[in-house]
Amino acid sequence: MNNILVYCEMEGGKIADVSLELLTKGRGLAEQLGCRLEALAIGYRLAGVEKELANYGADVVHVADDARLDPFRTLPHAAITIGVIREEQPQIVLFGATSIGRDLAPRVSSALKSGLTADCTSLEIGDHADTKGNVYKNLLYQIRPAFGGNIIATIINPEHRPQMATVREGVMKKEPAGAPKAAEVKKTDIGKYLSDTDFVVDIIERHIEERKIDIKGAGIIVSGGYGVGSRENFKLLFELATVLGGEVGASRAAVDAGFADHARQVGQTGVTVRPKLYIACGISGQIQHTAGMDQSAMVISINTDADAPINQIADYAIVGDLNEIIPKMIKSYRENSK
Amino acid sequence: MTKPLKIVVLAKQVPDTRNVGKNAMKEDGTVNRAALPAIFNPEDLNALEQALRLKDRIPGTTVQLLTMGPGRAAGIIREGLFRGADGGVLLTDRKFAGADTLATSYALMQAIGKLNPDLIIAGRQAIDGDTAQVGPQVAEKLHWPQVTYAEDILSCNGERIAVKRRLERGVETVSAPLPALITVHGSAAACRSRHAKHLLKYKHAKTLSELQDAGNNAYDTNQPEYLRITEWGVADVGGDEQQFGLAGSPTKVKKIENIVFQAKESKRLTASDTDVNGLIKELMANHTIG
Repeated sequence: MNNILVYCEMEGGKIADVSLELLTKGRGLAEQLGCRLEALAIGYRLAGVEKELANYGADVVHVADDARLDPFRTLPHAAITIGVIREEQPQIVLFGATSIGRDLAPRVSSALKSGLTADCTSLEIGDHADTKGNVYKNLLYQIRPAFGGNIIATIINPEHRPQMATVREGVMKKEPAGAPKAAEVKKTDIGKYLSDTDFVVDIIERHIEERKIDIKGAGIIVSGGYGVGSRENFKLLFELATVLGGEVGASRAAVDAGFADHARQVGQTGVTVRPKLYIACGISGQIQHTAGMDQSAMVISINTDADAPINQIADYAIVGDLNEIIPKMIKSYRENSK
Repeated sequence: MTKPLKIVVLAKQVPDTRNVGKNAMKEDGTVNRAALPAIFNPEDLNALEQALRLKDRIPGTTVQLLTMGPGRAAGIIREGLFRGADGGVLLTDRKFAGADTLATSYALMQAIGKLNPDLIIAGRQAIDGDTAQVGPQVAEKLHWPQVTYAEDILSCNGERIAVKRRLERGVETVSAPLPALITVHGSAAACRSRHAKHLLKYKHAKTLSELQDAGNNAYDTNQPEYLRITEWGVADVGGDEQQFGLAGSPTKVKKIENIVFQAKESKRLTASDTDVNGLIKELMANHTIG
C-alpha cells in the first residue's frame, strides 16, 4: 500500500507546529485510506525526534541526520526528499506552507513531474469520474480558495503520484494520537542522494526571531481590515484588544496597505484562527479572509456597509463607524467590569 | 570589471484580485474577469527593479522580460520597456493554455533555453494563484540553484550573487553561484516609474499579432528593430508537446464553488450607546469576555 508522507520541518531543534498539524490530519487520512503514515525529518542532531512524531501518529519515521542539513537549504533537502519519495512511493505528500515548505515543495514536484496544490484549507478523500468515463477511487481532494480568494477550488491529480499539497500553519488542528505506538525508525542513507553540487549555496548570515506575535493561540481577536483606514487608526483596535485581553489581527488588504504587520494576517495567506470571539472591524469579508476565521465561536462585525459579506457569518453585525463604536465598547466594558 | 549579465525577468499579467468589488462577481456567481483590470503582477515589478539595479551597477548588462499569456499580455512587456528593460518575449499559443504551474514552468524553461541568461529573477508569486511554485519549478528544470523571497540583491561579481532573503520570522543572507534563479518578495524595493525617454522610444513597440489585429500584415522595415516584441509559440520553443498546457498539467480542477457563507442568524445592531452597551453586557454575562 502506498502511504502518506509528511515532510517535518525543524524549527530551533523542535518539530514545527505545522508539521504536527499535518501529521494529525495525515493520521485521519491514512485511517480512511487504510495506509500508514510516514514522517520525514531532515536536519541535525535529531536523536529522539521519532518519539514526538510517533505521538502524533507517525508509523514510520525517516531520519536524515547530518551537520550539513541544518539550517535548511533547498538543494540538499530537495535531493533527500525526492530520493525518499522515489524509494517509498507514497500516494500523498504533505508540506507546511511555510518559508521552507513553499520553497522546497515546488522543487520536489517539478523533479517528480507531479502536481502540487498550494495553501490548501481542507483535504478530503473522494472519488472522481472524468468525462471519458474513467473512474478514480480515493483521490486527495485539495481544496483551496483561488482567484484572490473569491472562489473555492477543489483540485485533484487523477494520474500522477504522489499527490502533493501544502497547508498553512494553523489550518489543521494539532492533536496527539489517542493511543500512540512506537514508530519504526528508518535512517536515511543520505550518501545515496546527495552530491557536492547540492551544497553550492552558502548561508552567510541568519537572524531568526522568536515568535513575538502569536495570534493563533489568542482567545479573543480584534481584527482590522482596509476599512480601518490607517496604521494610526489600528491603535484603537490595539486598545480594545488590550482591554479585553486579546490580540490584534488583520486582513490581507490591511497588511498590504501597511496598516499592520504580516504576522497578524488572518486568512488563506496568513494564519487560521479559532478564537472564542472574533471582532472584525472594517473587514468586508472576502473568502481569502473568512477562510481563516470562520471557525471562530463568535463573530462580531463592525462595518459601515450593512451589506458587507462579513455580516453573513457574523453573530452580531454592528452597522456604523468603528471609530465611534470601539471607544463605546471600551467604555462600556470598563464600566460594567467594575 | 564585472562581466555583464544577461538577465531574464519572469513576469505575469494578472487580474487585479486584491480589491475585488461587488461587480466582480456575476449574477450566476462566477468571476467576472472583465470587471477586473489586468495588471503587471506586483511582485514581478519588485523583481524587475532588482534586475534594473544590476543593470545600473554592471555596465553591459541586459534585462529581458519573459511572459506567457494571451496576446494582450504584450502590454506588460511594453510596461517593462517603459521602466528600463531592453526587450521581451511573449509566449503565446493555444497549446500553452490551461497550464498549471508545472506545465507553465516547462514552457518557460524551454524559452529560457533559447534566451540563455546567467540570471533569472521572478516575483515570488502571482496574486491570481498565490502558489509561489513557478520560480522553484523553473530552477529545478534548469538544474539551477534557487534563492527564494529575496528582499535585496547585495552584490554580484559575475560568478556568485549575494542575496538577502525575507523569511517568515527573520532574514537570511546567502551566496549562490551563477547561473541561478531568484524570486523576489514584495518587501523588496518598489519598481521605478516609467521613464519619459523609454516611453517615447517604445510607445509603438508591438508584437506581430498586435500589428495584424490593427490590419498590418508585417512590420514596417523602415522602423527600428526595437519596436518588435518577440512572440513565440510551441513550435518556436520546441520540446515535448505533451508537457505543455492542459496536457502537461497533473493537477485538474474538479470543482469551482462560489463562496457560500453558512449564513448565521445575525443580530443587527446600531452604533447607539444602548446597542453597544447591551452587547457588551451580554458578552460578559455569557463569559465570552471578562
